[in-house]
Amino acid sequence: MSLRTGRPGQAHAVLGVLGGAALVFFALPLVALIGRVTPAELWAQLGAPAVQRALWLSLEVSLISLGLCVVFGFPLAFVLARVAFPGRALARGLVSLPMVLPPVVGGIALLAAFGRRGLLGGMLERIGVVLPFTTAGAVLAVTFVAMPFLVTTLEGALATVDPRLEQAAATLGASRWRVLWTVTLPAIRPSMAAGLALCWARGLGEFGATITFAGNFEGRTQTMPLAVYDALQADPEAAITLGLVLLAVSLTLLMALRGHIGRRR
Amino acid sequence: MSLVVDVRVQRGAFVLELAFALPDGCTAALVGPNGSGKSTLVDLLAGLVPAMRGSVVLDGRVLERAPALRVAPQGRGLGVVFQGLALFPSLTALDNVAYGLRARGMKRAEARAEARAWLARFEIEALAERRPGELSGGQAQRVALARAMIVRPPLLLLDEPLSALDVEARASARMMLREWLAAAPGVKLVVTHELEDARAVADYLLVLEGGRLIAQGPIDAVLADPPPFLAAMLRRAG
Repeated sequence: MSLRTGRPGQAHAVLGVLGGAALVFFALPLVALIGRVTPAELWAQLGAPAVQRALWLSLEVSLISLGLCVVFGFPLAFVLARVAFPGRALARGLVSLPMVLPPVVGGIALLAAFGRRGLLGGMLERIGVVLPFTTAGAVLAVTFVAMPFLVTTLEGALATVDPRLEQAAATLGASRWRVLWTVTLPAIRPSMAAGLALCWARGLGEFGATITFAGNFEGRTQTMPLAVYDALQADPEAAITLGLVLLAVSLTLLMALRGHIGRRR
Repeated sequence: MSLVVDVRVQRGAFVLELAFALPDGCTAALVGPNGSGKSTLVDLLAGLVPAMRGSVVLDGRVLERAPALRVAPQGRGLGVVFQGLALFPSLTALDNVAYGLRARGMKRAEARAEARAWLARFEIEALAERRPGELSGGQAQRVALARAMIVRPPLLLLDEPLSALDVEARASARMMLREWLAAAPGVKLVVTHELEDARAVADYLLVLEGGRLIAQGPIDAVLADPPPFLAAMLRRAG
């Protein structure tokens, strides 16, 4: 890409300096964190049973939530992008609400809706479903906070698919499902990868809504961010190590996910 | 077999209102200035925009009788080459061509074998495994044409099929298109803004201006007594 106005050399220098500054801004806390922990400490923490439980629970909760986000979020994104209906602007607003809401407030809202004395709590309890302070509750909290990232990314991508491609497939006799599967999804593949990665990453780091709605119970609702918070109260050094563990796992999985789905077929 | 169209279509403030009939085997060219409604007519025939009133009948089969009956694009069995070609970027040339057969439930291996035969007919068999992004304008045009023709459509619609080509490629592509269309069964309708393309490939001419047909008939007859817009085009073409 070249800049068409001004002197390109100068423009590139400005872009490079500002972009570089942003990169340093992101890298510096990370480097500071890494500098505080030896590999031996990191390894020891990884082996601690409480850490392993938190780590596995984090993966379990975030991955189940990612599945829910895909199952419900994709249809929602499709409807928002393709179907003109009264109240679509309101629906879009509702979907992005969890992105601007402080997660703790999200947790309180979930309690008001699904808590024992919440809007649907009584009904859910009668059929034997209890969500607050359970692993299922943690999944719900994470889904509430993370799904908007998938929906908004997919909606934007779906809106940019060339309608002529889908029309061409339809004139060739393809059913709507076939068009979706063979034309639409391949066209939004990179955005799908980005949306899934974003959604999952947000879910893995979720703290506020989870601790408010699901509580902080080791082995049940204590995911890694909650374990870091717990450690911070008692032993800040351990918190740093735990933070690094979370970071390493996230980075590895994110790169794998983006690499796998985003690659050209 | 034939195509009989008598419709009124509204798209925003634009109104297309026309009637024409084309016999089986006929290759018709649809010419007209920008905004005259050429692409709207293609979309109507393909089932992508509805008629407000009137009907479209192909080989005695009603594709559209407004407002009650409208066959979906999937059910029309047409072959369409869209402006810009609309090849599926994630599929190879071979799978693009096989797409219509697969959509009709043909087994993958069978569909691919037939698609390969069509690529050979268009002399691009060597490009079977390439994706559209790796094809030249002329090669992509052949793939699009093969993709539309492989289903043996009773109506073949070509919207500006030569517009992606440069002047040199266009002249030879025009001659090949003429041969392919002459050999294809059914009704063929070619949209073009180049009179030269129309003269090369078509035996019938439809002249569209402001959403209405201002002239139609055998191409020689229409060109012998052209309406003003067409006369200007003729002068430009020399």
